[in-house]
Amino acid sequence: MSSELVLQKVDKIYGAGTVHAVKDLSFTVKPGEITALLGSSGCGKTSTLRMIAGFETVTNGSIALDGRAIHELAPAQRGVAMAFETYSLYPPLTLAENISFALKAQKLGSADVDKRVKAMAEMLEIGDVLHKYPSSVSGGQQQRASLGRALVRKAGLYLLDEPMGQLEPQLRAVLRGRIKHYLREHHCTTILVTHDQTEANALADRIAVMEGGVLQQYATPAELKARPANLFVGTFIGEPPMNVFPVRVKDNGQTIDFVLEGSDGQVLSYAAQDFPDAVRRRLKNDDGLVLGVRPHAVHIGKKGLMARVVTCQWLGDQTHIAAEIAGRTVVSVSHEQIKAAPGSSLFLRIAPQDLHIYAADSGAAIAHGAELA
Amino acid sequence: MDHTSTLERVIRGALITCVLVFFLFPIFWIVLMSFQTNETILRIPPSIVFEPTLSNYSALITGKLETTAGNLDIAFMRNLWNSFFLSAASVLIALALGIPAAYAFARFRFRLGEDIAFTLLSFRFAPPLLVLLPLSLYFKQLGLTNTYIGLIWVYQLICLPLILWIVRGYFEDISPDIEHAYRISGNSWLKTFWKIAVPLAKPGIAAAGLLAFIFAWNNFVFALILASADKQPVTVGALAFVTASGIQYGQIAAAIVLSIAPTLALALYAQRYLVEGLSLGAVKG
Repeated sequence: MSSELVLQKVDKIYGAGTVHAVKDLSFTVKPGEITALLGSSGCGKTSTLRMIAGFETVTNGSIALDGRAIHELAPAQRGVAMAFETYSLYPPLTLAENISFALKAQKLGSADVDKRVKAMAEMLEIGDVLHKYPSSVSGGQQQRASLGRALVRKAGLYLLDEPMGQLEPQLRAVLRGRIKHYLREHHCTTILVTHDQTEANALADRIAVMEGGVLQQYATPAELKARPANLFVGTFIGEPPMNVFPVRVKDNGQTIDFVLEGSDGQVLSYAAQDFPDAVRRRLKNDDGLVLGVRPHAVHIGKKGLMARVVTCQWLGDQTHIAAEIAGRTVVSVSHEQIKAAPGSSLFLRIAPQDLHIYAADSGAAIAHGAELA
Repeated sequence: MDHTSTLERVIRGALITCVLVFFLFPIFWIVLMSFQTNETILRIPPSIVFEPTLSNYSALITGKLETTAGNLDIAFMRNLWNSFFLSAASVLIALALGIPAAYAFARFRFRLGEDIAFTLLSFRFAPPLLVLLPLSLYFKQLGLTNTYIGLIWVYQLICLPLILWIVRGYFEDISPDIEHAYRISGNSWLKTFWKIAVPLAKPGIAAAGLLAFIFAWNNFVFALILASADKQPVTVGALAFVTASGIQYGQIAAAIVLSIAPTLALALYAQRYLVEGLSLGAVKG
């Protein structure tokens, strides 16, 4: 039931070469693994999904499922199940018929079909509306029926396009758990397309972050957070987003100083031994760099970078402080209740192991904390 | 409706009555005429009190027209059958050709696609006489003059664009993902077209087919030029009542009643489809 999916150097060009939606995309989804394609609108994630399903042609490259090249087969022959963002239920059929419809090709007995449809509906909490038509139930219920129609089938690969976009947050949290359990239990190889990081983190074993048609990083949720491969991934993953400071580095043998660009000489200064030689060799004097720091790693201290408070909010369980340094906004998140009046000054402290260091020109990661990228 | 004033209701009632009289009075008058002889029809002043006669209808049905100048054979029942056959066959062929074409135009972007679709639509803009003159010459050469095949072919100018453009809008309204969902669960492209796309576009197809039938039925000029008596539809056949001894108003009226009856019945029966079908948006993906 579970298959390995391999994409190799896949390109998608629309029109007469005008829109290059997916560029040189290669990744592998192992049998039974759940992969999320994560990115903002227009990043190429849906195009990728549709190429795998067979609704878009592949301009260049190949897609193989269990070693079988599928990119030139009709959708029906690919052995793939898909849940659509637009639900796409058949209007003249009830939700139950819509879900059981997918089982027709499998030639199961009607008792068996009923049992499976019921079990699926129970998992998705639409058991009470199974007899209704798509037009008379809510968007969320339609979406769950559409998801059920995809999952109830036996397929080598499951493609889920924004499968929970229409659900209320609470239900979404419950269903995420159940769906993950179901996919695990049935050992389903799955690709999930989403723009919701929480969903990707909760469901996926690995996340492929895409931007501008290019795969930016393909890694586990933890790795994406701890070791983002470039500035885009660093700022895209995490909420609130990572703080960034353009800096110039000065290594005088005793200390390593990062001078903030655009400030009147504000410096983040660290002892040289905080950074291993391998990292120091990469940080050449006067290099233009970008430092990235997660908001929860920006601490309020007695010395450090001086910043002017813009807003300070206690959210009931954490304090969010937005402050300004050299014309840039820095966000600090703390689990303690901190009071700071807008306009007042405070000092921000950042530990060396919390620094993400990127090359200013390419955006590629140089080091994460004290380790080379 | 409680808040509408009496004045408003009176004005609305009066306006609706005006509209109804304007549209229905001619039909009412024709029906009355069909039960009268030429003498009672032509008396001055006209009156709605008369002794009804079925002679007009019996003349049409038996095909024997008695005039002061003598007896005439008329082929009205044959004309009626011609109308039915020509319209039905034209619509069926136009549906068979137009539905797949409409689907292709709705779903696929291909070279010259829009130009072809627009060319088909432009048949509707052209005055029929523009095509008739060259067509009548070609038809003579090809031996298509006064044949059902020739007429049905020409009737495609009426039916095909109508069906193509109405049904195309319908297919465009159906989310392609509904078809994708069907295809990915193991069905071929052709099966998806038959089992999903066509059933979902049914109201549009019914409306377009019905309209095309009515337009074909009402056509006059193509059959007038390209067919002679035995292949002519009722619209042209009614000319036979303009005889040497005068115009047979009673028979014309009876012929009109008989010839509008089928389309009227069809339109009344399919009213729901027509409104649903032409207001689009009845299918939401």
